[in-house]
Amino acid sequence: MSTEITTDVVVIGAGPCGLFAAFELGLLDLKCHFIDILDRPGGQCAELYPEKPIYDIPGFPVVTGQQLTDNLMAQIAPFAPEFHFNRMVNSIEKQEDGSFKLSTDADEVFHTKVVVIAAGGGSFQPKRPPVDGIEEFENKSVFYSVRKMDDFRGQDLVIVGGGDSALDWTLNLEPIVNSLTLVHRRPVFKAAPASVNKMHELVAEGKINFITGQIAKLDGENGQINHVHLTTDAGDLSVPATRLLPFFGLTMKLGPVADWGLELNDNTIKVDTEKFETSVPGIFAIGDINWYPGKLKLILSGFHEAALMAQAAKAIVSPGERVVFQYTTSSTKLQKKLGVA
Amino acid sequence: MIIHVTDQAGANHELEGLEGWRVMEVIRDWGLNIKAECGGALSCATCHVYVDKDWMDVVGAPSDEEEDMLDSVGDVRSNSRLSCQILCSDALDGLKVTLAATAAKD
Repeated sequence: MSTEITTDVVVIGAGPCGLFAAFELGLLDLKCHFIDILDRPGGQCAELYPEKPIYDIPGFPVVTGQQLTDNLMAQIAPFAPEFHFNRMVNSIEKQEDGSFKLSTDADEVFHTKVVVIAAGGGSFQPKRPPVDGIEEFENKSVFYSVRKMDDFRGQDLVIVGGGDSALDWTLNLEPIVNSLTLVHRRPVFKAAPASVNKMHELVAEGKINFITGQIAKLDGENGQINHVHLTTDAGDLSVPATRLLPFFGLTMKLGPVADWGLELNDNTIKVDTEKFETSVPGIFAIGDINWYPGKLKLILSGFHEAALMAQAAKAIVSPGERVVFQYTTSSTKLQKKLGVA
Repeated sequence: MIIHVTDQAGANHELEGLEGWRVMEVIRDWGLNIKAECGGALSCATCHVYVDKDWMDVVGAPSDEEEDMLDSVGDVRSNSRLSCQILCSDALDGLKVTLAATAAKD
């Protein structure tokens, strides 16, 4: 049975712009729920460059992606938004009363008056290796994550990659597979040194194979692979395989957003510049995912867009209610909401 | 300065580069098919290019961090580079690169 949640606003994407939207919405007494495909807040900032410095956030001469995320989380804490991580929104349906029904791949249904898409470059999805025809094997014998270890029991497994995911699953699955071949393009690994050392021990014991090379082609039929072809410095090689796990990290794709009936511009969503509303009234788009003439893909632009969006969202959630514009520096009402007065 | 870029479809483009810009920024600014997801933070490898063999020495070798990022694409060759790590300069006038399949937008 699905979980039913009713709220004022659902924000899709918990990156910096989405998080700041919760602050602006909170000041206007609007309750929000976040849905994000990642397992933590921060979006691209926390996923792609948590330790990289950002120099163009007003008031911060320099701040890292993770610091910015942490600060935004602290800033919105008084409004206690609720987070739903590791989920993707599958569909948005407009209801007769103008509200929306959102369904996620975690079997949740959200009833909300306003939807804010703050999904940056789209949803993070595993990078697909550039191998012709790999799609026909995906989720049958080629997987980008391990959901159930037992699916790999007794299999001839090939793992590709040199990061922590590749090494962790090499070590975890080795005891239960029939054979395991780890493939990486070079003999240098980004993974934790202890994992790399353990992997080398297993290679020395003959329990796994390690091949320096790249995946070139897959053989098989009806979604079931039987061989993985590799290119190596020593020439081409074919490895018998019934399961393949490529670990090339994540990339962003627009994903299901493209199917929600919104007017698009290339891979972005068209909005107006008064409210940052999409072609569907009640659905807003802020941050890198939106487009309007003159759009700059900067975090600070998304903050500005969040503030204007929130004013429009308030008018939808509380029609007819007069909203008096206030400053946090002088309004005791706002300061009470923030827990500082 | 001029950069010669061959796109994923094999079409050649002669782009005007600006000193101090990154090659990725020039390619993106001209609207070619480059994703450049992280915007130059050396965090994604979606601006992957192959540097023409004649230009390899001039461009120089990738850093260790760049090599680490190249691990996240499956079509690496000996002349692979991330174009966000190549700075335009007079020494690179006439540079020839080819966009990798993995640099394409969706």
